[in-house]
Amino acid sequence: MTSEASAWTAAWRLLPEYVSEHVVLSACALALGLLISLPLTVLAVRCPRVRWPVLAFASVIQTIPSLALLALFYPLLLALSALTQKLWGTSFSALGFLPSLLALTLYSMLPIIRNGVTAIVNLPAPIVEAARGVGMTDAQRLWRIELPLATPMLMAGVRTAAVWVIGAATLSTPVGQTSLGNYIFSGLQVENWVSVLFGCLAAALLALIVDQLLGLIESGTARRSPLRIVLGVSILVVGFAFAALPRIGGSATAYVIGAKNFSEQYILADLIAQRLGQAGHASTQKTGLGSVIAFRALSRDELDVYVDYSGTLWANVMRRTDTPAREVVLKELTVWLEREHGIALLGSLGFENAYALAMRRDRAEALGIRTIDDLARQAGALQMGSDLEFFERPEWQALQTAYGLTFAGRRQFQPTFMYKAVRDGEVDVISAFSSDGRIAADNLIVLEDPRQAILPYDAVVLLSPRRAKDPALHHALASLIGAVDIESMREANLEVDREVGKIPPAEAATRLDSRLRNATLSP
Amino acid sequence: MITLNGVTKSFDGGTAFAVRNVSFEVPAGAFVAIVGGSGSGKTTTLKTINRLIDADSGSIAIEGTPIQAIEPHALRRRIGYVFQGIGLFPHMNVAANIGITPQLLGWRTEEIRARTIELLDLVDLPREFATRMPSELSGGQRQRVGVARALAARPSIMLMDEPFGALDPLTRDALGVNYRRLHDRMKLTTLMVTHDVLEAVLLADRILVMRAGEIAADGPPRELLNDHPDIEVRTLMDMPRRQSTRVQSLLENGATHR
Repeated sequence: MTSEASAWTAAWRLLPEYVSEHVVLSACALALGLLISLPLTVLAVRCPRVRWPVLAFASVIQTIPSLALLALFYPLLLALSALTQKLWGTSFSALGFLPSLLALTLYSMLPIIRNGVTAIVNLPAPIVEAARGVGMTDAQRLWRIELPLATPMLMAGVRTAAVWVIGAATLSTPVGQTSLGNYIFSGLQVENWVSVLFGCLAAALLALIVDQLLGLIESGTARRSPLRIVLGVSILVVGFAFAALPRIGGSATAYVIGAKNFSEQYILADLIAQRLGQAGHASTQKTGLGSVIAFRALSRDELDVYVDYSGTLWANVMRRTDTPAREVVLKELTVWLEREHGIALLGSLGFENAYALAMRRDRAEALGIRTIDDLARQAGALQMGSDLEFFERPEWQALQTAYGLTFAGRRQFQPTFMYKAVRDGEVDVISAFSSDGRIAADNLIVLEDPRQAILPYDAVVLLSPRRAKDPALHHALASLIGAVDIESMREANLEVDREVGKIPPAEAATRLDSRLRNATLSP
Repeated sequence: MITLNGVTKSFDGGTAFAVRNVSFEVPAGAFVAIVGGSGSGKTTTLKTINRLIDADSGSIAIEGTPIQAIEPHALRRRIGYVFQGIGLFPHMNVAANIGITPQLLGWRTEEIRARTIELLDLVDLPREFATRMPSELSGGQRQRVGVARALAARPSIMLMDEPFGALDPLTRDALGVNYRRLHDRMKLTTLMVTHDVLEAVLLADRILVMRAGEIAADGPPRELLNDHPDIEVRTLMDMPRRQSTRVQSLLENGATHR
């Protein structure tokens, strides 16, 4: 099977879950949007003084990029949740469905309100005068005359809103809501263009179908054809029911595996899912999460398990600034996570994904460089290349403090181009991730850090407070602890990241799994 | 009976007056026309009676009851209202349009149906028009439906604002004559606004001439047609006769003296 074909197959397998989540989210947002927009429309029509503020508010919402709007709701809900916890002792999930729902609801409001207000305000004056003249109250005029006559244009607004919401729902993936956007985000991350294309096409097709059905209802209201309205509504309802049914009573007992937004995380989430599956446990995944979001979600039992890195937890969660030895970090971290959050650190997988300085092997050998100390002595004559954020990170500060590095020049690249630059000799040293597959593939070496300036970044398995003592989970994952060596991980990452012949993360996880088993069977 | 006493209305807070200190009475069974140029306040005066416009001061009563004592929508259900724009509801058929006020008043369905047929007969429309939509009717037919709708709940008072103004002359004349007959037969009290002096002269028992928000003349057509002391009133009321003289001269001499 070619890699493209296997990517299509992998995408197809995920379609039912993604479409279901996408449809339910979009439908709920649209329904809620309609529920809020209609009273606002009436208010804006009746009180010209609030018309401008209402329309301006809806327009301003529209100008916020939808990704930012979604992201903003997460901290907002988190604060709100903390407040309810304090006041009433109950909190709610600030991740996933709720922030996505609220952001998309806001997003759906402008076309509905604007079309509704325009339609009603611009009704022919004689019709409104006649409605008053025959003795209708304001409410009767609204229900019998204004709303029926405004319905076709209102429906056109609902159509626009539906298309926007279905499109913007793909952006709810990073806040932990599964959607068709999972194809796009994971695809972009591992440069699996088949997956990206699949996600875009699926979302577009869904939007097109819903738009056509709403169009049928719209024309039904305009031509007063009950048949069209009933047909359109029925198909929409049946479609929604089909999408929503698999969710009901579905995976309540399944383990939820989290993953941040890069290749290695996708592979490890799939590896954990496969190990759980082999032990007979169902699981679902929330992938593409931001680093901070993943940890928060785990500590709030919204995820059951994911892989994080000791250095990240040490600096970003514990807020420690010292850099002790690997064993000390792991030990203190385990105790602290258990005490502060009830989180179990199951153990290290056996490899590290740290920022590291890497050079082409032949170049390093020619210059006699093995350690960063060696490098510091010759740095004045060398070019340094990095990714876009490295020079802003504490690791760079630490390296400078420890070794006093001063290069002849510094350049920043997209990761793909950074590797190309060091391969071609445009730069001599790059900032790499130690588990990156391209280190082996490009025949690079990672320079040793004798002064331990950079924190150890051991990949560690974390279990949520609720699952911290779950025997099934412990049993199923115990075999992974200490089992994933850096070479195996690099190889798996390379299989997903390389430009030619790449495979989906799930397949890379399967290959990694069998490699690990062979290694333990034949030492 | 309609009674207005010192009715005043300004749309700009008291700088300019659309209607100023207007008082008159329309006795039961009378057919009164208000004539006057554009902006003379005739439409505003009419609309203060069914509270489509609320007067700033003065008092208005129908059948002896002050209109402020009645909810606006209840008041309007008691008064028939016909206007130039007609304003048929485009999403309802003819029967639903005619039956709207009885329906708002909570009449029984059979009662409304019977009344609708009765009204179609009354305004000379075929009964099968009941199921037509307004868009399928001609202008004259639409205004017949408009008159039927205004009469549906058996009001004793009818307010008409240029009711036949947008129709062609033949339809206009026919509808006018037709309505006058209905007025007499049903013992209605009618107040009609028109800018057409001839229409007012031929239909009304009494004419009010308005100018700059005030009543400039008030009397039966015959009285106003014969050398009224006010020059503007005289010029206005003389209009139909001058026009007919010009038509006569065209017939006799082949030319009009313009």
